[in-house]
Amino acid sequence: MKLTWGQRVREARVTLWTLIVPPTVWAVHFLTCYLWVAISCAKAGAFPRYPWAFVAGTVAALAIIVASGVIAWIQSRRPGDPPPHDKGTDNDRLRFLAVSTMLLAALSFVGVVFTAVPAVMLTDCR
Amino acid sequence: MSLHDQDDPALRKAQEERLRAVWEAPKGLFFRWTDVNNNRVGNWYVVTAFGFMLFAGVLALIMRTQLAVPDNDLVSANTFNQLFTLHGSTMMFLFAVPMFEAVSIILLPQLLAARDLPFPRLSAFGYWSFLIGGVFVSGSIFFNAAPDGGWFMYPPLTTRTDLSGLGADIWMLGLSFIEVSSVAAAVELIVGVLKCRPPGMRLNLMPLYAWYILVVAVMILFAFPPLIAGDILFELERLLNWPFFDAERGGDPLLWQHLFWIFGHPEVYIVFLPSIALFAMLVPTFAQRHLLGYPWIVLAAVGTAFLSFGLWVHHMFATGLPNISLAFFSAASEAVAIPTAVQIFVLIGTLWAGRVVWSTPLLYAVGSLAIFVIGGLTGVMVAIAPFDWQAHDTYFIVAHLHYVLIGGTLLPLFGGLYYYWPLVTGKKLSDRMGRTAFWIMFAGANLTFFPMHLSGMFGMPRRVFTYPAELGIGGLNLMSTVGAYAFALGVLIVCIDLFRSPWRQKAGRNPWNAGTLEWLVTPENENWGVRSVPLIESRYPIWDQPDFVKKVDEGRFFLPDAEEGRRESIITTVLDSRPIAVIRLGTPSVLPMLTAIALGSVFILTTYHLYMAALVGAVATLGFVVAWLWTGTGEIPEKPEKPIGHGITLPLYISGSSSPGWWAMFITMMADATAFSGLVFGYFFYWTIHPEFPPSGPGLNGPGLFWPMVALGLAAAGWAATIGAREVNARGGTGAARLLLAIGIVASMAGIAAGLAGPWTSDLVPEQHVYPAIVWTLAIWTSAHSGVAAIMQSYTLARSVTGRLTPTYDAELRNISVYMHFMLLTAAVTYLTIGLFPVLA
Repeated sequence: MKLTWGQRVREARVTLWTLIVPPTVWAVHFLTCYLWVAISCAKAGAFPRYPWAFVAGTVAALAIIVASGVIAWIQSRRPGDPPPHDKGTDNDRLRFLAVSTMLLAALSFVGVVFTAVPAVMLTDCR
Repeated sequence: MSLHDQDDPALRKAQEERLRAVWEAPKGLFFRWTDVNNNRVGNWYVVTAFGFMLFAGVLALIMRTQLAVPDNDLVSANTFNQLFTLHGSTMMFLFAVPMFEAVSIILLPQLLAARDLPFPRLSAFGYWSFLIGGVFVSGSIFFNAAPDGGWFMYPPLTTRTDLSGLGADIWMLGLSFIEVSSVAAAVELIVGVLKCRPPGMRLNLMPLYAWYILVVAVMILFAFPPLIAGDILFELERLLNWPFFDAERGGDPLLWQHLFWIFGHPEVYIVFLPSIALFAMLVPTFAQRHLLGYPWIVLAAVGTAFLSFGLWVHHMFATGLPNISLAFFSAASEAVAIPTAVQIFVLIGTLWAGRVVWSTPLLYAVGSLAIFVIGGLTGVMVAIAPFDWQAHDTYFIVAHLHYVLIGGTLLPLFGGLYYYWPLVTGKKLSDRMGRTAFWIMFAGANLTFFPMHLSGMFGMPRRVFTYPAELGIGGLNLMSTVGAYAFALGVLIVCIDLFRSPWRQKAGRNPWNAGTLEWLVTPENENWGVRSVPLIESRYPIWDQPDFVKKVDEGRFFLPDAEEGRRESIITTVLDSRPIAVIRLGTPSVLPMLTAIALGSVFILTTYHLYMAALVGAVATLGFVVAWLWTGTGEIPEKPEKPIGHGITLPLYISGSSSPGWWAMFITMMADATAFSGLVFGYFFYWTIHPEFPPSGPGLNGPGLFWPMVALGLAAAGWAATIGAREVNARGGTGAARLLLAIGIVASMAGIAAGLAGPWTSDLVPEQHVYPAIVWTLAIWTSAHSGVAAIMQSYTLARSVTGRLTPTYDAELRNISVYMHFMLLTAAVTYLTIGLFPVLA
């Protein structure tokens, strides 16, 4: 039987590693912005030559975060087992990790936007 | 064994006697100190850290007395410098972090219904390291030799030997030693949380304390190593005159600030999150309901952990970095307020939704949150760079950080003390004294630190030993001093309360009516931890699972016996906590203590430049470690498996990625790789600050391409030989595996020589300029790792030859494979950097 896209998402494997995907994306985005600007200002004495790359990088980071948030949202609503979903079942464990991932995606989204603001608005090395 | 066997009281009694005999603590004037059981080691740890807190508190009182009135001369400027440096360093390194580890060593096995953490001897080693290092550092003030450069030890003040004496070395080497013990504790706690939970305790049923401990221990793993890297550079400068932080010879003091604060800011959350963890345990108990928003707490803990690594530059706003760099860190500093607030709202919401019992511990929890929130709000203020420029290095910052630390660490720990005292001693503390002490401390803390906001705004710089009357801040300072003494009075009342405890009645089991596993403990506090390891179906099993306590006590769950006379615990899977093995735990031994003494001697003797004696200490350390591993780990069990009850039979030996040893190696190597990345960061940091890097000239041209590539090739050969040995051994090819290991040893030994040959043959002079110094450092680091690889390969070969490692029982070989992966990564980064980068640049 062929699985639909929604089913496939719902059955995707969830671990402690998938939990930290959104904040890891934040970390990579943050470090890239900081290091790129710092190195460019120190070595070239000028702001990076392609400011639009910050926009592109930010959009890419946000896309990954939103994607993991959406997957988590679908998984967090997987049917089965009664509320409040705090039992030791496969379903409740999945729902818990999914809800946590979704919340982390929300926080990481805000974090990435916060980081992007200076990169996009302040385009010099002062 | 069927379940109904447990109906027989005689059988239960026999089981209890066997368990009691197996877990009996060693006796005797000396041998009692060789104990490794978590209830004993944890208590020593807590008492010692509490003692250091009192000591550092007395230092603070002396400072406040000196500052009570303008132009005071109670202590000299020099003594004052030692006082504030030691106060900050002791509170951070000898109280806050060790206290978290100590409390976790006591609580975690109870919370996870494990008989003990997976590496009890490692806990004991951590404790003895902490004690030796702590006494060494804090005792220095009695010899007028304490560090005096402030707790963050900024160079060049601290690296120039004409400006600061032995104190700087004592700080660096003494505290490095303690950082080693902190990383050891982190390894223990992470493996404990991930692999030693009771059956059924899936990730979503884990007590929140365990979640926080996992997060904080992972933070230690990434936060402490950069400081260790910084310490290495710092001591190379002080002892060997390698100019890492000396601007005249190409170094840069700012590198130290980066490395220190990459450690220092996560550190704040490392000491704060465990306190919220205590709240997450005691708030549901006194709200008499489940904690609201369990996933929100996990969000808060994990989110804070990540963001806290993006804040370090906010301590460096005044150093002249480009404004855009400041803006990134300012943004992250504002963002971290979100998860911090989430956990506070979760706690408030739980109290709101519950039926609150206004107990003494809850009073501490709520009061400390109030203080913490004030510190958090000033934190949001100083996260804004322009405001920080005004407040930087003034008493405003002193006020901010003390509000955060008293509200976020100290008072919560007192709350935890009142909550968990019955768990440790079986007795409650006095409610009357506890509440009196709380209100005095609460008033005292505010009276001490609130005026400091104002004295800072009026221009009082931090760390001054006195101030003129004309500044008009005498009244504010006098208030702070009165408040400090009031706070000390509160602490004194708590101490008196503790001292009266031995004369009090036992309180009965689970006196607060809590729902979590740690309250299974009986007032008699048996050494075995739990009578039988339960099956968990709820976050609050004592509340929710019928007859839970009775079933545990009657041994109706798993592992109710110790038939073979061994200390045992169950290993489970990471996500769903399915039982996969029974491991035999370490028993009391003098080796952890001896190892700590030997390793401590290396650090202490180096402080006094007694290098030959330190070398003897290093050899002794290696000897003790090998003896410890050889006699205490990787034992082949007398039978392959054993029943643990309910028809489940588990193996007595596991190797590879599901075993605790493999995880411990992996986690340790993550910390090692992080320290290494701190050194590599140094190399590229120097590249960014120099127009021409690497520089050219006599003593600067090197290390060439040839030797680094040879060293890399040898590292790859050593790696391939070890992995090959693992594979052929698993297929029964014992002889071929031994041969491959022998080849690996030769490759690793040759790797040491080839690694050092690059800088050696090209005559790089490390004292001359920072470039040769950092190249030498990277080469030495990697060669030392080749040396450790050779030792590990030799050890494994010896295990194989003596029949202690077989195709079935191959844990050592799988564990050193993890090391070899990291070794190859280290060699690749080092040799490609020092060999290829000069060519490309």
